[in-house]
Amino acid sequence: MDRDKLEMRPDAGADWPDRIYDALKANGITQVALVPDAGHSRLIKRCLADNEMTVVTLTTEEEGVALLCGAWLGGVKGVLLMQSSGVGNCINMLSLSHIHRTPLPMIVTMRGDFAEFNPAQIPMGQATQTVLEAMGTIVHRADRPEDVAETVDATLRLAFNTFRPAATLLGQRLIGAKTFGKD
Amino acid sequence: MAEYPNRRDVVRALLEDRGDLLVIAGLGASAWDITAIGDHPRNLPLWGGMGGAAMMGLGLALAQPSAKVLVITGDGEMLMALGAMATIAVKKPANLSVVVLDNEHYSETGNQETATRHGVDLAAMARGAGLASARTLTTLEQVPALRAEIHAGTGTVFAVTKIAPGNLPLVLPPRDGAILQARFREALLGPAAHHQL
Repeated sequence: MDRDKLEMRPDAGADWPDRIYDALKANGITQVALVPDAGHSRLIKRCLADNEMTVVTLTTEEEGVALLCGAWLGGVKGVLLMQSSGVGNCINMLSLSHIHRTPLPMIVTMRGDFAEFNPAQIPMGQATQTVLEAMGTIVHRADRPEDVAETVDATLRLAFNTFRPAATLLGQRLIGAKTFGKD
Repeated sequence: MAEYPNRRDVVRALLEDRGDLLVIAGLGASAWDITAIGDHPRNLPLWGGMGGAAMMGLGLALAQPSAKVLVITGDGEMLMALGAMATIAVKKPANLSVVVLDNEHYSETGNQETATRHGVDLAAMARGAGLASARTLTTLEQVPALRAEIHAGTGTVFAVTKIAPGNLPLVLPPRDGAILQARFREALLGPAAHHQL
């Protein structure tokens, strides 16, 4: 894999995006809010192909926070998919999750992280976890394919069982890592 | 030019015989307005998250396609969510209505002018996004037809209602968002709402 490129996406053989999809299904997620990221492209395809899922493509990530607060008002469970840069767009809107005690799971593909090529990704990427935690989000990281399913499942359970924002950060090491079809 | 209507008269006319209507109000004066007309478990007045009202309405409308959802918000709050017009227009849920009370000012913070004071046309922007019937109302007499359209649920409604500037007495809803959300969910989903996993 050429690591010095502008977009990072998992190798075609990497199937951890499918494990995320499985975790979304197992946890009853039916509303998927997203701003696309190359690292999420396989998962997004799975969600779009699922007639039980409503996929909402946002113009900016903070819309997704409000959207999911509305979904929960209506008894529907959702998830927000985004790149680490999008986390910065969500900060004030995360207040809603706190003041209403709304479950708010986020799955974040990291940039500005392991072996980054683009200097513009570094400031927000390096601040992502700190900023989420500053807004009271419980953050877990997954940097190895074998950790993805369990970590995403933990994030979904934390959000919906304890009524708060929770995030899984999918490390750039994972997104850029070759698995040769086995993990 | 005749003076634009009083905001609470507009909201009273919108909420007349509301039935099962679900109402989200943007932070500030819109939240006080829906509370002044009558606090209600199917009201979700926002205390924060400026720019989130319309998107919250979209999430709710998609979650509950058989319910009617009305978002009432101000011009300042909607100006912070112009992208939401595009997001909503792509999904176009037939059960969602967004009504912007436009006094052309940030009334809560000292009456500074908003962009609509300088000609920015929110209804035209919504039409540009694809909400073809978006329009601007200027009189109270136009509100009952809008109310009927909201209850008909035959297409996404976007309307701007010009209102007179100025602050009215504060009528505050409960401040605890957890209570507002829990009572709303119970009214809509029944006691099972509190046991949802």
